[in-house]
Amino acid sequence: MTVLSIEDLHAGYDREPVISGISLSVPKGAFFGILGPNGAGKTTLFKVISRLIRPFSGVIRYAGVDITDITRKEYARQIAVIPQFQHILPPYTVEEFVRLGRYPHVKRFSPLRKKDCEITREILDLLRLGEYRTKKITALSGGELQRVFLAQGLAQKPSLILMDEPTSHLDIAHQIKILDIVKKLSVSTGLTVLIILHDLNLAGAYCDRIVLMREGEIGAEGTPERVLTAENIEKIYKTRVVVEKDPVGSRPHIFFIPGQH
Amino acid sequence: MKKSGAVFSWLILFDLFCVAAAVFTGGTPLDAETVIDALIHPLSEGATHTLIWELRIPRIVMAALVGSGLAICGATFQAILRNPLAEPYTLGVSGGGALGATIAIIAGISGFPMVLICFTGCTLSIGIVLGAASMKDFTNSMLILTGVIMSFLFSSIVMFIFAVASSRDVHASILWLMGSLSVPEPASIRIMVFLALPLMLLLWGCAKDMNLLSLGDEKAFHLGLDAVKTKASLLIVASLITGAYVAISGIIGFIGLMIPHLMRKALGADHLVLLPSSMLAGAGFLILSDCVSQIIIRPLELPVGVITGMIGGIFFIVYLLRAEPAEVM
Repeated sequence: MTVLSIEDLHAGYDREPVISGISLSVPKGAFFGILGPNGAGKTTLFKVISRLIRPFSGVIRYAGVDITDITRKEYARQIAVIPQFQHILPPYTVEEFVRLGRYPHVKRFSPLRKKDCEITREILDLLRLGEYRTKKITALSGGELQRVFLAQGLAQKPSLILMDEPTSHLDIAHQIKILDIVKKLSVSTGLTVLIILHDLNLAGAYCDRIVLMREGEIGAEGTPERVLTAENIEKIYKTRVVVEKDPVGSRPHIFFIPGQH
Repeated sequence: MKKSGAVFSWLILFDLFCVAAAVFTGGTPLDAETVIDALIHPLSEGATHTLIWELRIPRIVMAALVGSGLAICGATFQAILRNPLAEPYTLGVSGGGALGATIAIIAGISGFPMVLICFTGCTLSIGIVLGAASMKDFTNSMLILTGVIMSFLFSSIVMFIFAVASSRDVHASILWLMGSLSVPEPASIRIMVFLALPLMLLLWGCAKDMNLLSLGDEKAFHLGLDAVKTKASLLIVASLITGAYVAISGIIGFIGLMIPHLMRKALGADHLVLLPSSMLAGAGFLILSDCVSQIIIRPLELPVGVITGMIGGIFFIVYLLRAEPAEVM
């Protein structure tokens, strides 16, 4: 079943096209990676899907419905958006901050219900953030904070989660922690994950489908084994690499060759 | 939860203390017995009775409303603009108000008509700033920049008027600019109670929207809020409250900047508690400052803005030096 389908999408800023003619379909429960060099249009695509910018033309459907026909609150109940890492934050406690993810589920002038607080607690426990409950988010490390952002998104109880480079500034332990949590949820609850990643090896290890973007178009699409080949990467990143199978999970692993530029 | 309960209890006690202090002291020294006598006989007559019931108490009400209003507006502007320096006057409301008041003083207009002219100045500046910002989707940098520019523009015009006006008018204008709570007009009190107060409660009702906006416009949008529209409406409401208070009591500084910071330090960033606590703290602080301004150079009276600026400034510097950098905002 297709959760998100994109049909012939053209978009950009101020009449300047950045992506042109993108068509994609994201199946339910997929861990779907968007990869590509800087300036390939990953973030623009992300912004159109999250409705921050309107496309020039083309349609995006969520569960068969044009996303421009979905109300803002309904959208937020179905789709959680985790933007790139944010540094300036008010001094909320972890619990207060995660609880904000429940707002799409309550009416404007009504308070949060008991149920919302319970869901918040569940998510905190699920992400092993229970002990940080009363800690200020301004006092957390980058890795902890990224988990808190994820927790807020999960508190929305979405069926699709969009993430823009959630691992870019984290150490390997925290990178794997974040992706493990998301992967586990995706497998156990059928959560669909659409994720922008820069690290090709992380994408190879976690994604079950990958789209490799090039200059606003789709350069390659399919399983990691089919997309992450030495030819594709050389063509799209203009960089020669060696691709081998990793000894643990038999996933494609990319080795860089220094001194070629 | 427990902590916020304790903080609210302290704030209510603080407010009660401030009200008591302001009833028992003032420009005219009265002994406690006379004051109590006037208080328990609200229907009696005489000079003391008039002093208590028609001067001190309306003045306390006014200080409470202006103080709480500036504090909640300050918290609102800080939430929306996501800037620790934001305060009720950031968008240039005070500049427009100052121009209106100066023109009224030069033209020899006083009393309620002056309040109206001053409020017209405030709405003019709000209109220009929000109008300009609306063309750029109310981005924070656009709002702050146009606000600062309008402040400069209006204060330049005021300076120009000062340069050509008589020194008596200039003195009167400067005194007004420093803020005063003396001689509340009955019409002004009515405006505050029936117009500004409901708007303040409306702001409090929008605490959840402010929580979302404090995460940034984009994240607020991702959480289902029409960020641009909500931001614009909240800015209009907060600016109208500020404008009304500037028109009635002049430019009383520091409350709107300092009180929300102190409350955020004590209670955190959740606006459901930050807004009401700021109102309580702002009310008490202004009642107390007004009380000090009346007795410090008795029988003369200092503009209350001088007191809030001095107490607030010193207090705030100490707070900033003691706070962790991340806590400032």
